[in-house]
Amino acid sequence: MADLTTYREAVAEGIAREMRRDKRVVCLGEDIGAAEGVFKTAVGLFKEFGPGRVWDTPISEQAIVGAALGASMTGMRPVAEIMFSDFLACCYDYLANEIPKLRYMTGGQVTAPLVIRTANGGGLGFGAQHSQATENWAFAIPGLKIAAPSTPADVVGLMASAIRSDDPVVFFEHKGLFASKGEPAPPDHVVPLGEAAIVRSGSDVTLVALAYTVPMALSAAERLAEDDISAEVVDLRCLVPLDARTVLESVERTSRVVIVEENPYQGGWGGTLASIVADEGFELLDAPVRRVAAECVPLPFADALEDIVMPTVDKVVEAVRKPVAY
Amino acid sequence: MTASPEPAATPTLGVEGLLRAYERMRVIRGVEKAAHDLFLRGLVKGTTHLAAGQEAIAVGASEALRDDDYVFATYRGHHHAMARGATPTECLAELMSKSTGLNKAKGGSMHLTKADHGMLGSYAIVGSHLPIACGAAWSAKLRGSDQVAVAFFGDGATNIGAFHESLNLAAVWKLPVLFVCENNFYMEYTPIQSVTSVANPAADRAVGHQIPAAVIDGNDVDVVYAAVSAAADRARFGDGPTVIEAQTYRHYGHSRTDPAKYRPADELEQWLRRDPLDSARARVAELGASSDDIEAAEQRAAGAVESAIEEATAAPDADPAEALTDVWADGGAAWRT
Repeated sequence: MADLTTYREAVAEGIAREMRRDKRVVCLGEDIGAAEGVFKTAVGLFKEFGPGRVWDTPISEQAIVGAALGASMTGMRPVAEIMFSDFLACCYDYLANEIPKLRYMTGGQVTAPLVIRTANGGGLGFGAQHSQATENWAFAIPGLKIAAPSTPADVVGLMASAIRSDDPVVFFEHKGLFASKGEPAPPDHVVPLGEAAIVRSGSDVTLVALAYTVPMALSAAERLAEDDISAEVVDLRCLVPLDARTVLESVERTSRVVIVEENPYQGGWGGTLASIVADEGFELLDAPVRRVAAECVPLPFADALEDIVMPTVDKVVEAVRKPVAY
Repeated sequence: MTASPEPAATPTLGVEGLLRAYERMRVIRGVEKAAHDLFLRGLVKGTTHLAAGQEAIAVGASEALRDDDYVFATYRGHHHAMARGATPTECLAELMSKSTGLNKAKGGSMHLTKADHGMLGSYAIVGSHLPIACGAAWSAKLRGSDQVAVAFFGDGATNIGAFHESLNLAAVWKLPVLFVCENNFYMEYTPIQSVTSVANPAADRAVGHQIPAAVIDGNDVDVVYAAVSAAADRARFGDGPTVIEAQTYRHYGHSRTDPAKYRPADELEQWLRRDPLDSARARVAELGASSDDIEAAEQRAAGAVESAIEEATAAPDADPAEALTDVWADGGAAWRT
């Protein structure tokens, strides 16, 4: 197991690989140049590609994302960074009204091959305005593709697909995973958008997870194995396209499903997935669909309080016992 | 009303250019009137924001730009689509929900787009397209293409955050972008002066970003042509953005059937006397165009509008199959397996 790499390093590696293969790829964002990103996810980019391809911006989220859109419409492949995913609210007009709608409302005249990267999620005690899991904000709007990798190799592979995609992609990097380590991506590694991965096989229950909740679900599966409960873990990897088929096929094997999502229960993506399972997999089920999601309150600051609000391994284990006993 | 417009500067369109511009303005005026009438007859649905009275800005700018330059307009953007080469027929067909519409009837009046002519959209969230125009200008700079991008917007947009973010970014990055404010003195139903801290809502703000700005007579097509030519030259030369505040007036209300009763009668009358079409006609005659040539241009314009109304009316309705296409670049709308 030599030479593990961090999730954080994988972000810069994934971008650098695409910048080497395609001159149209350019980066813009706050502190991403000489400062190499506040989360150090842009390390080496400015040094290798210079100020002509790695552009520091003012604190102007609308200008960042709007400029990325304009550049993408005119022959470039911009990768815009929004430092914290909470700040997507500062440029939500572009996520909600401009980027996902332009192609449709122009009758297909315009394409927007851009990537918006953003550091998402809680667990680090950053409080209510720097900790949210906001993937459901993007998921609420038809017309955006959404990637949210859980491992360093998937970061590189999904980054390749996101940047090469002719459609706009919102790329959620999880703050709680930046320091985590994994196998480095092999050369030319590409993970297609919209393909979930079964990261642990099991027969009693399917745990559907995304990004930060993938290692959480895997830990829960370990604990459940001690009680002879065999959990299968599906890493969705993307929310759009949503690989519902892989989930339904897994449920066919296990007859039970628990969805583990970090965004709030209220309006979280798991609600859509649960409705698909209910609509199309009702006869596969031996128990009601369960969701483990964040409590419907703002994220608190103190660790002890954050643990109450966010999903945890304990909560997943507890949630699984009910359908298994059903 | 506000600061005096600057006098006309060289270059000018010349007699041929001015006659061409006059004819195009006549076409736009005719289409706007048709849109108004068709709306009242129930044949145009939703809403319209007509640009009658503001034609000189679109046409003058278009005359000054290269074919490969980029233009971004607002929901009041029919004039920009047509100035950049959208046909009256495809514009009216779009307004009338026809399958032959400019946007396949998926955009409507507020989103006219002619991308293959560099007209990259009409945006209905006030001010949202200024950052997008910055991005197109950034792209031109990155590609070394010498193209410029132009964002047209109303006076109301100058109080939006995206306006200020755009001016700063454009100045810092020295982007080849032109910010052209069509100051028609009303932010929807409210006089812009009553909600704005400066007299010239765009030009006075440019100063704070150290961007050169001019307040011009937006009803004089030659003045617009000259100002946009100079600003585009600056941009292509690498000297960065320019703000042009073109004073103008809309002949119709803000939208749909708004009768614009909030505008004083004498003010309206004064501006109607400064109709950009009338002044272009007078100027082109003064420069030596014959009345035959002028009348021929007027007849061509009227004929183009008339046949556009006929063709758009006869066109097939929106194709139901189009409702679930064009979300993604592959033409489809699939979001899940």
